[in-house]
Amino acid sequence: MIGKRSVFILTALVLGFAFLYIPIISMVVFSFNYSKLVTVWDAYNSPTLKWYFSMFSNEQLLDSAKLSIEIAAMNATGAVVLGTVAGLVLARFGHFRGRTLLAGMTSAPLVMPEVITGLSLLLLFVTMESLFGWPAGRGMTTITIAHMTFSMAYVTVIVQSRLATFDESLEEAAMDLGAHPTKVFFVITLPIILPAILSGWLLSFTLSWDDLVISSFVSGPGATTLPMLIFSKVKLGVNPEINALATVLVAIVSVGVIFAALWMRRQERIRDRDVQMAIAANQ
Amino acid sequence: MSANPRQAQGRGAPWNDPKAQPYVVIDRVTKKFGDFVAVNNVSLKIYQGEIFCLLGGSGCGKTTLLRMLAGFEMTSSGSMSIDGQDMSGIPPYNRPVNMMFQSYALFPHMTVEDNIAFGLRQEGRSKADVRKRVDDMLAIVKMAQFARRKPHQLSGGQRQRVALARSLVKRPKLLLLDEPLGALDRKLREHTQFELVNIQEQLGVTFVVVTHDQEEAMTLASRIGVMNHGEIVQVGTPSEIYEFPNSRFVADFIGSVNMFEGRLIEDRPDHVRIASDDLGGTIFVDHGISAAPGITVWAAIRPEKIRIARERPSQPDNVVPGVIKEIAYMGDMSIYLVQLGTGRIVRVTQPNVDRDSESQYTWDERVFLHWHAESPVIVTQ
Amino acid sequence: MAKARSDDPLYGRIVYWWRVLRDTTAFRVSRGIARRVTGRPLVIAIPYLWLIFFFVIPFIIVLKISFAESRIAMPPYSPLWEWVTTSTMQIKLTMSNFGFLFEDALYKNAYLSSVRIAFISTLLCLLIGYPMAYGMARSKPSTRNILLLLIVLPFWTSFLLRVYAWIGLLKNNGVINNILLSLGVIKEPIVMMQTDFAVYLGIVYSYLPFMILPLYSTLEKMDMTLLEAAADLGCRPIKAFLKITLPLSIPGIIAGCMLVFIPAVGEYVIPALLGGPDTLMIGRVLWDEFFANRDWPVASAVAIAMLLLLVIPIMLFQYFQGREMRAHR
Repeated sequence: MIGKRSVFILTALVLGFAFLYIPIISMVVFSFNYSKLVTVWDAYNSPTLKWYFSMFSNEQLLDSAKLSIEIAAMNATGAVVLGTVAGLVLARFGHFRGRTLLAGMTSAPLVMPEVITGLSLLLLFVTMESLFGWPAGRGMTTITIAHMTFSMAYVTVIVQSRLATFDESLEEAAMDLGAHPTKVFFVITLPIILPAILSGWLLSFTLSWDDLVISSFVSGPGATTLPMLIFSKVKLGVNPEINALATVLVAIVSVGVIFAALWMRRQERIRDRDVQMAIAANQ
Repeated sequence: MSANPRQAQGRGAPWNDPKAQPYVVIDRVTKKFGDFVAVNNVSLKIYQGEIFCLLGGSGCGKTTLLRMLAGFEMTSSGSMSIDGQDMSGIPPYNRPVNMMFQSYALFPHMTVEDNIAFGLRQEGRSKADVRKRVDDMLAIVKMAQFARRKPHQLSGGQRQRVALARSLVKRPKLLLLDEPLGALDRKLREHTQFELVNIQEQLGVTFVVVTHDQEEAMTLASRIGVMNHGEIVQVGTPSEIYEFPNSRFVADFIGSVNMFEGRLIEDRPDHVRIASDDLGGTIFVDHGISAAPGITVWAAIRPEKIRIARERPSQPDNVVPGVIKEIAYMGDMSIYLVQLGTGRIVRVTQPNVDRDSESQYTWDERVFLHWHAESPVIVTQ
Repeated sequence: MAKARSDDPLYGRIVYWWRVLRDTTAFRVSRGIARRVTGRPLVIAIPYLWLIFFFVIPFIIVLKISFAESRIAMPPYSPLWEWVTTSTMQIKLTMSNFGFLFEDALYKNAYLSSVRIAFISTLLCLLIGYPMAYGMARSKPSTRNILLLLIVLPFWTSFLLRVYAWIGLLKNNGVINNILLSLGVIKEPIVMMQTDFAVYLGIVYSYLPFMILPLYSTLEKMDMTLLEAAADLGCRPIKAFLKITLPLSIPGIIAGCMLVFIPAVGEYVIPALLGGPDTLMIGRVLWDEFFANRDWPVASAVAIAMLLLLVIPIMLFQYFQGREMRAHR
């Protein structure tokens, strides 16, 4: 059925996806350009891997990438713990005094403009330093704490909606069979929400890895994350090394996401086949 | 209505024995959720080895009562004890009670045998002991060849059996079943009902079953407690509940019934007579009731207890003329909707004994309805 | 093991002191309290305390500093209260930072232009995103998953780099101008970088997935038989869309719009990279107040004013978020 309507929808889809992908593709293509002018294609010397070599020998860039990875990993781990607990409390603890406030506090960071979060956390750290002497100066620790605070909001939402889709009677059944609530959490709840926790971890990692604004506020001398470095470079204009870096990142992410999707689809197929067999065997 | 295997065995009835010790005692239990009273002042005694069914519509409080027995909900007032042990303040994981959930609640990430072994492992039993008891249980529910499967690789009936095995393997003092057959299709239900009763006989565990399905309750139960608006309205064996309902609600809820409103015009120890404008005649009942003459009563007559005749039967009472308006052929029986002179429609079922269609009644045929004097049940509320 | 140890004099002493300690009242009381404070409140306390400490208290501090005076010191603001002598405390509150926001046209214009840019961008996202989400939700399940993946994929790659990519496309000797020049469509390069146009483009581009995802999830959940029923009852497709699909997708529309509008108002990176010097956006003003002028009190006042502007949209978002969560159950 190809009517006027589906032609319109199809056009919207094609143009929309082109809009989303053309900038990324152009960035990738020009990373192989020999010319330092980036967008002016040097047909004689291109394609070249020159910028990739120069990127991988750029100490400053590698250092900040390493710092960013460390912060992102610590942030993701912390945010997953906090977010899982918050999601569990919101989805399973029924009503308690202050539940609305907790729900509000976990969803507000999702939309809070980054400049506000960054400024407020910096002022907190400065105040704390003058009151307790901790944290002495700002850097990795303060960036990680700041990232955890907004990453946990995302994990909470993910965990909470995963918990909402599975029946609470699973946990009740485990308790009924003699397991203490703490054990129920580790033996039943945790394995079931593990996929959600995993995607929460990855999302938190990316959020932290990608963050510029909040890091800039709460960072101190000597702690330059990768986005901060990229920002200081691209403010001056296009830079071929950044194109190379972007290409590497896009490649890693694409491969990762595509493999994850394929794996999930395979699991789903196996599951569907099992269910079909179970139904068939019964008849 | 299928036969009740428990009654067929003609077991004793401890609830009629004043010396018998009740096993589960629910004493004036009330549960409130905010302003809403889910369970209102319920008292019940359940005896060892019973299959006790809590029957009622949705929101009648039956599931809340069950969840209080399991320990998932705290009572607002009143007490519960099992085998002489008071249950207040005991969390679900320390109660000698297990539950089979309506959704079965099988742990999706564990195999069938791990699901069944879960409860035993919580008790810290030895591996060999767990192994043996799981194997025994798998044999009882005939699931031994599926031990290594995960729940999503099982059919609905198989899942139901695993859930049953898991809740029985700890040999609980009391097994709670929440709509145990609700998720099964019709054919499987009938088969499973009998299997459930057999397993219960074999292990001697006391069952409390919650259901909204009267047929399920009738087949399974040794006794039924009918609930409405958080209260128990009648407790009795399935035949007591069916044949002698104590209220219009129970009569109407269990099976179908023709209810005629009337006045008590004659009340003797051995019979009563009721004048009913609904019926356009009088109803004669061959047993006495204790009520003041002149009050409004209702006579409940089951459709299968009414007979149809072409000629007027020679009895003075319990006869009324009518016209057949609808016929529904159900195979084993037919349902007739007969309109009386007062305009009232009466539902009558007749078994299809003969194949001969000559003897069947047809639409708009004038007939007489009649019934035995013992058939009507008189209720006053 | 225990037997071997009981001969050890140190072990004996530890056991002795343990018994003494165990019998003290203080120990019994504290153990009683520890027992009563079971897991539940403790578990609730973990995220609660974290968020109070790192989310609520910082706002209170921002509020406090917005009433302080700027100083050349570290930290660069005056304390709100000072002990003048040992017994008298002086409280100094100044409204001058907020007064400043009203007096200086720069701030007023920045607020207005932020709201305008965010609003128009949200509208554009909706106009582009709705047909896309609709098309995705109505395609075959296998295609649907691939399209969803394609929407999510850029989200996992760096936001900063995706904004950066536009510089290469938009600048005077960038890809678009080069192509148009070589095709002879234009003689002079079109100035696109450092304009409001580039900012709109950047915001729509970056936030489009945030619009599409909630729209898609409401449209995908929608029961297709509703439209069949409407057609069966004689409703034409366009009317069925307006009367059924559109009203049912309102939760998705609101969620998507809030997810775009609220962060866009405070956006810093996009105007900083793609906008010109006269592209005023409040996030950028706050950044400059803070980093360039080092005026923390005014930056705080800007933040408080921005928050007041966003309170209603944020609460709207939370209301729908909560409703969505409850509908899930």
